[in-house]
Amino acid sequence: MSLARSPHAWKMAGLVAVLAIALLLPVIAPDPATTNVAVFTVMYVGLATAWNIMGGYTGYISLGHAGFFGFGSYTLGLLLARLGMAGGYAPFLIVPVAGLATAALALGIGWFALRTRAATFVIVTIAFMFMLQLLAENLVGLTGGGGGLSYPVPPWGGDYFNTPFYYAMLALALLSLAISWRIRRSKFGLGLLAIRDDEDKALAVGVPTRAFKLTAFVISAALVGMIGGVYGYYVTYIYPQFVVDPLIGISMVLMVFLGGLGTLTGPVLGAVILEPAQLYLAYNYGASRLYLVFYAAVFLVVILVLPRGIVPSLGRLVSDRRARAGPSAPAAAKAVAR
Amino acid sequence: MTLVLEAAVLGILTGGVYALMASGLTLIFGVMRIINVGHGALVVLGAYLSFAASRTLHIDPFLTLVFTMPVMFLLGFGLQIVFIRPLKTDREALSVLVTYAIALGLEGILGYVFSANYVQLQAWYDTASFPIGDFRITYVYVFGFVLCLAILAALFVILYRTTFGASIRATMLNRTAAQLIGIDVDRVSAVAFGIGMATAAAGGVVFGITTAFNPGSHYDLISRLLTIIVLGGLGSLRGAVIAALIMLISEDITSVLISPVWASFVFFLILIVVLLVRPQGLYGVRVRERI
Repeated sequence: MSLARSPHAWKMAGLVAVLAIALLLPVIAPDPATTNVAVFTVMYVGLATAWNIMGGYTGYISLGHAGFFGFGSYTLGLLLARLGMAGGYAPFLIVPVAGLATAALALGIGWFALRTRAATFVIVTIAFMFMLQLLAENLVGLTGGGGGLSYPVPPWGGDYFNTPFYYAMLALALLSLAISWRIRRSKFGLGLLAIRDDEDKALAVGVPTRAFKLTAFVISAALVGMIGGVYGYYVTYIYPQFVVDPLIGISMVLMVFLGGLGTLTGPVLGAVILEPAQLYLAYNYGASRLYLVFYAAVFLVVILVLPRGIVPSLGRLVSDRRARAGPSAPAAAKAVAR
Repeated sequence: MTLVLEAAVLGILTGGVYALMASGLTLIFGVMRIINVGHGALVVLGAYLSFAASRTLHIDPFLTLVFTMPVMFLLGFGLQIVFIRPLKTDREALSVLVTYAIALGLEGILGYVFSANYVQLQAWYDTASFPIGDFRITYVYVFGFVLCLAILAALFVILYRTTFGASIRATMLNRTAAQLIGIDVDRVSAVAFGIGMATAAAGGVVFGITTAFNPGSHYDLISRLLTIIVLGGLGSLRGAVIAALIMLISEDITSVLISPVWASFVFFLILIVVLLVRPQGLYGVRVRERI
């Protein structure tokens, strides 16, 4: 019994430590260069976790989540402009509205896109992303088209500027994680995993596959939309290709794959490793376009060397050891690898 | 009315090159069950290779295909062996990421070598035109169309009239069964990827003469090619050809009747309507898919 309890205690201690570091980061390292990296890293923790709710749990790979990201930022930006809101803390309160709007959009897109499966679904999500990009560009009267959209400028200055955005992103990342955790431990989550393993059999045993997939899709998109809203406010100026950027969409997917598809901690790990690396490469080699080559190389190594992701691979390692140590382990090993 | 007719004719002529590029993509999907997101970047690579060859050797862009098609064939053969073959589990999802990485890498390399400036292949026929009825047609569209038709015809002959083509089609129908009757599916896959790349090289030349391009042009290209093969039905060559024509004709007519900025939007709408009725696409076979 004590054996079963001690890993749990370790886990809890680790969780508290990570959370404490995350909460205190702007105090520990207040210089803007560091907090800027932190804002983007925590943003991708949220994005990857939210994407994983759909892509990891149900196995439906969406490459179009950048569309929801951009839709969220446009919604928030337009709302702030219409409300004539000045920069400050108040815009953060409107972020959930951007989430609701994105949820409504995802309901429509998902209702249609989820009629298809596998490869067709992947491509349909890409098509929707480009449709949204085109709409943002062409509806000049609403969005400002290629000229872009400006947010109210936040009044904070100096070292403090990034801090409110950091906490806003952190709050959304924690919300995504809480939802992802809750789903994994629910009957709904079990249904999603069943869809991933064999959709037809899941339907046959009574999982309402269509409703479940659509719900997961909408939750995932709404979270991404809210994060997109905060992002828009952070960068204060957006244009269609900048927020509906295929690279943002593919980055969250890669992070999930690196960390471990369908796991809770995998997307976090993937984001914490890849986003600082990506920023470093873009900062140092961005001018020569060579950073794309570096990024592609990282990409290929991740997939060819660790196709299952870090967390499942580590889980396997641990369970293999336990299997050698004692006979009762195989069942636990399977549970970890899942 | 003349404008619409002109748009339709132009749509058919430019549809040919998209049909060629999309057939390579759908062939690769059919044989390996992978979505080659790098196809657009490989078309752009083909265009740049022809651009470099025609510049340095001072020859006609179409003639450069004598070099670029074999080079691209070998490149595709190699890429398949190095990057696609090692994927054992979860092929469909992982292949998307791998080929996306190939696209990013190519974009980076091309940007480094050729810079991000737009370029275009040049030949005497890229501006010269001849009259048909009330409007004029530029020679390059006709030449490009003929070239694409010829290569498409060759592709169909290889697939339907040769033993090797039969093994490609067998692999497309059922990989395991093909393996059981003694087909070397790994070799078939590598060659099919090579063939796909060779058609991308040919498509790249026509694309590069008719359009100014830069290393980032592949995003636009791949979104179009992917929607074409989904509309046609994944893995169906016939579907790819017909969907390409539908796309380009609808785009050109929309440009004339409404506005060029809405051109691709109309195609996406057509895609949605078709998928609502037939989720498997125009010529796709509805199979029980597992991810």
